[in-house]
Amino acid sequence: MDRFSMSSPKLDPVRPHPLPSTVVKDDESALVAAAKSGDIPAFETLVGRYERKIFRLAQNITQNREDAEDAMQESFLKAYEHLGEFQGNSRFYTWLVRIAVNQALMKLRRRRPNVVSLDQELDTGEDMMPREVEDWGPSPEERYGQTELSGILGKVIGELDPPFRVVFQLRDIEELSTEETAEALGLSVPAVKSRLLRARLKLREKLNQYFRRGENS
Amino acid sequence: MKCKDIINELADYLDEALDSTLRASIEQHLGNCKDCRVVVDTCQKTIQIFCNSEPAPLPEDTRERLHEALLRRLRLKKSPDGQRA
Repeated sequence: MDRFSMSSPKLDPVRPHPLPSTVVKDDESALVAAAKSGDIPAFETLVGRYERKIFRLAQNITQNREDAEDAMQESFLKAYEHLGEFQGNSRFYTWLVRIAVNQALMKLRRRRPNVVSLDQELDTGEDMMPREVEDWGPSPEERYGQTELSGILGKVIGELDPPFRVVFQLRDIEELSTEETAEALGLSVPAVKSRLLRARLKLREKLNQYFRRGENS
Repeated sequence: MKCKDIINELADYLDEALDSTLRASIEQHLGNCKDCRVVVDTCQKTIQIFCNSEPAPLPEDTRERLHEALLRRLRLKKSPDGQRA
């Protein structure tokens, strides 16, 4: 790509900015405290708040609706059973996600026992230079309705190999930190970073077909 | 700094986890390399689209089964801090 550097006009660099958190609500710790003391409606409020996100997480990991539903149910039941062990050192949602990812991975391993081993060394060192370099339109999210967009995102993440899609799911969708993701999956921080980079580049390439400038616009 | 170096540092750049010297080198390269700029921009949009996407509503039958299972189990259990619910 360096061949372009001499002839291209000077451009403003892309500046990253922190991603918005859509997860934490102010009353969460009060709800957790009430649920701990046996207030079932308080726990149901927490379930209602996060059921969609936990189902999506389980669906993205297992790629199977029945397994995703089972994993979601078991996650909330386990969360209630072990709520007394939740010390409040992390967000409740982060703790719940860790339970859910374990439940979902168990389902996935049961269905594909020879395919899913998160802690094995993966070759992420092959050439990662993007092959397709096409700009996207100004607002790709506006081109598709919400349902259609959800379908596209679910499809492309399902095409990633499990070790990559699980890391992307935790880090970039559930907004866990790199360290939290590493701890949840029993991986090293460098392994998380390496898989995350590969996942982001692969997803970018897969989304190109939907979002590139002029495509369906 | 070459395009390959940009890719290698991309995750930390997007996560704002680089020191200021390395960040400045990357931004200098991005200012001159359209291809890298497109890759960085579309990679950032990829993250944002996933991060901002709202999960689809639960199918009604799935929600009903979830809440039935919860109520069935929770009413039989002691509360997490030891009191009977």
